Amino acid sequence: MKALVAVKRVVDYNVKVRVKADGSDVDIENVKMSMNPFDEIAVEEAVRLKEAGKVSEIVAVSLGGKKSEDTLRTALAMGADRALHIETDEKLEPLTVAKLLKAVADKEQPHILLLGKQAIDDDAGQTAQMLAALMNAAQGMFASKVELTEQEAVVTREIDGGLETVALTLPAVIGVDLRLNEPRFVKLPNIMAAKKKTLEKTSPADLGVAVVSHLNVVRVAEPKARQTGVKVANATELVDKLKNEAKVI
Amino acid sequence: MSVLIIAEHDNQQLNPATLHAVKAAAGLGEIHVLVAGSNVAAVAEAARKIQGVAKVLVAEAEYYRHGLAEELAALAVKSAEPYRYLLATASAFGKNLMPRVAALLDVPQISDLTEIVDGNTFVRPIYAGNAFETIQTSSEKVVLTIRAAAFETAAAEGGAAALEQVEAAAEQKLSRFVSQELIHSDRPDLGSAKVVVSGGRALGSAEKFNEVLTPLADVLGAAIGASRAAVDAEYAPNDFQVGQTGKIVAPQLYIAVGISGAIQHTAGMQDSKVIVAINKDPDAQIFNIADYGLVGDLFEIVPQLTEALKA
Repeated sequence: MKALVAVKRVVDYNVKVRVKADGSDVDIENVKMSMNPFDEIAVEEAVRLKEAGKVSEIVAVSLGGKKSEDTLRTALAMGADRALHIETDEKLEPLTVAKLLKAVADKEQPHILLLGKQAIDDDAGQTAQMLAALMNAAQGMFASKVELTEQEAVVTREIDGGLETVALTLPAVIGVDLRLNEPRFVKLPNIMAAKKKTLEKTSPADLGVAVVSHLNVVRVAEPKARQTGVKVANATELVDKLKNEAKVI
Repeated sequence: MSVLIIAEHDNQQLNPATLHAVKAAAGLGEIHVLVAGSNVAAVAEAARKIQGVAKVLVAEAEYYRHGLAEELAALAVKSAEPYRYLLATASAFGKNLMPRVAALLDVPQISDLTEIVDGNTFVRPIYAGNAFETIQTSSEKVVLTIRAAAFETAAAEGGAAALEQVEAAAEQKLSRFVSQELIHSDRPDLGSAKVVVSGGRALGSAEKFNEVLTPLADVLGAAIGASRAAVDAEYAPNDFQVGQTGKIVAPQLYIAVGISGAIQHTAGMQDSKVIVAINKDPDAQIFNIADYGLVGDLFEIVPQLTEALKA
């Protein structure tokens, strides 16, 4: 069984981004970048499925500028077998990303496709579902457990009131949640070994996908600042403030 | 221009998420609501009564019972033709379904809207709520999910929408429902509660989490939330998590107990009207956004607070 994993290079989750003074975007120059945390979990799950003998090959894919290569090398160091970099400097909307991944899936014919449930930069949470739609495949979003049989992926999903389990015909697209696993640390010998693995480059044009833009970001703004609060001395004073000043209880 | 809202329900009751969606859609055009499920007469009736809804479309099939995205997306696409906007709440249900609908229609989606400026202009948070982008689209059709906490609810009574049965779409059979494990609670729903009491890692154990927070939540009639650290340590179940990747809440009062205030947590609660922080670390980030801060040992303060509230 072949697994395809999509990974995105994003601003590191610990960085608090600032909005540019001209309101055109957030300022991410000279900011630490990392693999999207959900995508790390997707890679880890693919590697575990391989270690369990369920998956024979893992292909990692990333879309973006030249530096997305670093993210793919990380995926290779974690245990992916080879990587595909769709190189473009254009800003891609999730629908375009899904179309590009669909083109890759048409070529590679994976049985299971693992993606993060959302990227922590755009917070859109659309790509996995869109990819499943374009492939006319089943989707298992917000997965906290994945079991593979010959024909099906049995996925436990995190839903608002608890958990739900669904069985998906293969090939299936899985959007992973935080609780699925704990990604491994990459060791130095694995980083060295990853440099020898195949990293192929392609482009949206090679894949026959037009990069179109439907959405125009007209402005990026800071969130409304909250008023500075006060410290209170004890519980009695707090209750008094909540009752008589804030009037919320 | 009209709007089709995909109703969220459990075949018996309409989820309040749909009331937020109707309120949000009020400026976009005539509102129709699609109720898909199995034996959903009561849900359809509830949808008819929502103020602002002009028509309720009802599609019944056994394979709509569990809200599988593969089945519902096919139905939404089949019903989509007359509408410019297809809309749902950005709950687990809406997040799962709507991007699939958008891709099948080959149209863009704008996720988790916090403001609708006009029919082509929308505001949404990015980077865990550290920035808000204003997006314009001239797309002929667009799929939207709205952040419930950012919109009021439409009145549940007073409407008298027309009811129309629509044919189910062909069964997709790509996935099947296996089981569900729901956590039953008498507490208000976390997403719509007026007061939320949330605990973090500092609670130390599941026993302490319950022992300390439950009496306080009881006296306030509050829902209980948790930080990711508390959920990962299994002090609280997953669906208690408040934050970028959990639930987004905006109650009247949010009490953060033993929570440091990481960006990923504050993304889910920083729009609360009043924030109270109880933490022994005076430099904890949570105090930067708290209206009222109390520095000290939560194991002493929370019981004192509970007592003071009873008085």
